[in-house]
Amino acid sequence: MAGSLPPGGPLQPVLSRRRFLSLLGLLPLAACSRSEPAAEPTAAEGGPAYGDTLVEASIGDISGLIPNITSDSASQEVGGLIYSNLVRTDKDLRLEGEVAERWDISPDQLTLTFHLRRGVKWQDGEEVTAKDVDFTYRYMIDPRTPTAYAESFRQIRRAEIVDPYTYRVTYEKPYAPGLLSWGIWILPSHILEPAWKAGVDLRTTAQNRHPIGSGPYLFRQWDPGEKVVLEAYPNYWEGRPYLNRVVYRIIPDQSTIFLELKAKNIDMAGLTPTQYRRQTDYPAFRKAFHKYRYLANAFTYLGFNLRDPRFQDKRFRQAMAHAINKQEIIEGVLLGLGQEAVGPYKPGTWWYKADVKTYPFDPQRARALLTELGWRETGSDGILVKDGKPLAFTIMTNQGNQVRQQTAEIIQRRLRAIGVDVKIQVVDWAAFINTFIRKRQFEAIILGWGLGLDPDQYDIWASTQTGPDQLNHISYKNPEVDALLEAGRRTFDERQRKAIYGQFQDIMAEEQPVVFLYVPDALPVVSARVRGIEPAAAGITYNFIRWYVPANLQRYTR
Amino acid sequence: MLAYAIRRVLISIPLFLGILLLSFLMLKLAPGEPTVIQQDLQVRQSEAQRETLRKLYGLDRPIYQQFGIWLWRAVRLDFGRSYMPDGRLVMDKIQERIPITLGLNVLELCITLAVAVPLGILSATRPYSLFDKLMTLFVFVGFATPDFWFALLLMILFGVQLGWLPMSGLRSLNFEYLPFWSQVWDILSHLILPVLVASVGGLAFLSRLMRGSLLEVVRQDYMRTARAKGLAERVVIYKHGVRNAVIPVVTLLGLMVPGLLGGSVIIETVFGIPGMGQLFVQSAYSRDEPVIMALVVIGASLSLLGNILADLFYSVVDPRIRVSGGGAG
Repeated sequence: MAGSLPPGGPLQPVLSRRRFLSLLGLLPLAACSRSEPAAEPTAAEGGPAYGDTLVEASIGDISGLIPNITSDSASQEVGGLIYSNLVRTDKDLRLEGEVAERWDISPDQLTLTFHLRRGVKWQDGEEVTAKDVDFTYRYMIDPRTPTAYAESFRQIRRAEIVDPYTYRVTYEKPYAPGLLSWGIWILPSHILEPAWKAGVDLRTTAQNRHPIGSGPYLFRQWDPGEKVVLEAYPNYWEGRPYLNRVVYRIIPDQSTIFLELKAKNIDMAGLTPTQYRRQTDYPAFRKAFHKYRYLANAFTYLGFNLRDPRFQDKRFRQAMAHAINKQEIIEGVLLGLGQEAVGPYKPGTWWYKADVKTYPFDPQRARALLTELGWRETGSDGILVKDGKPLAFTIMTNQGNQVRQQTAEIIQRRLRAIGVDVKIQVVDWAAFINTFIRKRQFEAIILGWGLGLDPDQYDIWASTQTGPDQLNHISYKNPEVDALLEAGRRTFDERQRKAIYGQFQDIMAEEQPVVFLYVPDALPVVSARVRGIEPAAAGITYNFIRWYVPANLQRYTR
Repeated sequence: MLAYAIRRVLISIPLFLGILLLSFLMLKLAPGEPTVIQQDLQVRQSEAQRETLRKLYGLDRPIYQQFGIWLWRAVRLDFGRSYMPDGRLVMDKIQERIPITLGLNVLELCITLAVAVPLGILSATRPYSLFDKLMTLFVFVGFATPDFWFALLLMILFGVQLGWLPMSGLRSLNFEYLPFWSQVWDILSHLILPVLVASVGGLAFLSRLMRGSLLEVVRQDYMRTARAKGLAERVVIYKHGVRNAVIPVVTLLGLMVPGLLGGSVIIETVFGIPGMGQLFVQSAYSRDEPVIMALVVIGASLSLLGNILADLFYSVVDPRIRVSGGGAG
């Protein structure tokens, strides 16, 4: 507990607020359910009022204030309040304009034309124009820029500033995920471009310490390792946010964060399943906080190294899927706070296909499939054997993720019951990625993927993506899937895409390239004095600037 | 004496370089390169981008060259910039944390000394009394209690249940708006729990050491002589006894010097104090090599300095060592 800063792995459910919406690793959530009724406003209570401070805890310090070159969720969350984007998603996860008022897609689907809102101001008074968008684009594709988000911008063949309020980009090929990639934070060209042209590393500029953005909050203060303070920007184009200040307190220990929450020194945090179920279920806590619960934007899976001949037959993977009791994992590890995954998408998104082949818990069926593949029980130890070799493999997962480790243990027991000898190895994140994942030196892994707001998953399943630094770790290769993923990227039409990704999900379900385990719940709590929270498909933070504390309940006067 | 000091310092130089070289090698041999750690799996990074980053950081050169370049800059006290996206100067990152950790540790050391020495003396002058036995119990409990657990218990009691003390951080959110004396109290109140937890282990250890040392001294001939002269017991114990018994404690203080800047990872993490310990852990997790190496330099120099000082102190406090040490060197 103490002293451990879990690198977390990609998919700790985090509260994400208007985060960058690119490919994988994005934001919001659907299938929202609120676990506790909203407190009824009392008669004495006033309506929306300006003021008060919302204190949040962050387990890690932010790493910089130009979010385009960060990859940690804390920096991107803070950045999301300081900067604004060209497009964003609304509460129902539909794309909508932010700085772009609207956009046109050319008939050949190659060209996107963005029409910018007039009068959107940088916090120093300059106007946000196409010049800023263009600078952001050129900065993103600059090979010197240490960003991980360049790829979708590299698909652009030509970019032009038509006039100060019109920006046009032309792609090499139709590229549907491209639209969402314009959810990137727009950078101020009047501040950064001279330095960039002079070859200065932008990380070392003042913008990375004291940024000027165009979002709803002004940067005020960053005390490294201690806190980050933001203040409402009165001239934000959508109106001044009600909450006057947002403070991120950096507390590197999960237990301390929880105690601070209980002492009401923190107004908003994410809970673990245990905290949600067992440690916050007393009257004083229920009175002080509202708990929320909705599906997180991620799934956890058991993956096999498909370069290993033993795992290549889909019947083997189907057998594993039958042998594992997903419900038991959800009950035992997530305390019921999650949902079975049947494919690589989250239920509730428009591209999700529910009626795919499923694999109910059925050890007999699993055993039969393995027998078909030639695995026989010969010795007295109950382990299946083929060609004189016992069926044994190691499941690896990363250190610092208790949920994944426990999941591995439950799977180990279930597989042992059908005659598979499983060992578990828990490895430090750095070594896990570098030594085992990159070099494909693993047999089986338990990991998760963060999901995007676009169904495009080319990077994790396409056969072209199996290189050392690419994300198809399991080396899955299927020409049919390649063709579907390619086609999905090339069309903007929602109905066509839905059909394409439906087919893709059928293949995923049949082939089980990985055993899809579960989609966890996100479990945020927010102080009960905060009003205006309306859970929706996108979670709770999509309307953050409309959250308020009634005047008589305000706690921090300055 | 001076020759001895100079010789001690000169011997330390190759040792110092050896520590640096070994640390550098270990850092390079450990799995996980900064370029990989920076990007977690949610996002993609092309091979070309990776190469760009490696060039940027000079990671594409052979290790001996990297070490040479680093050493040449370090000699001029240029530790470069952090690999983290904040790209800050390593010196800045360390400088802002030194006062915090140093303050915390000096406070802790003073309290430990102020309490441990009298406790040790009281125990030693009443060996096997009820007080001594209670102290023994306390010491064992103090040793055996895990820091983070004790910290959480205190936080639950004083922070959550009673609400008397702040649980984490260094300052309250409204710190800037407080009058001066309230600011002083604000910081002090934030330090009470961390210092308390940090002191317990050292307290147990030092009071035991003091007790053992004094019991040893009490049996010496000169103590009998002092008593035979008819000196009051108080004078015997405090003038002749304690002065001699305190020598091992002083030696130990020399060895504690590097710890003053090292910081306790556990305490700084649990109490959310942005000190050196936290910086070290975070840098290690993110393979922020410039920061790690700068911290190694600090740690190595302080350890060596502490050893030298302990040796020198020893010869100052104990004339016998001075005579023989002076004779030999």
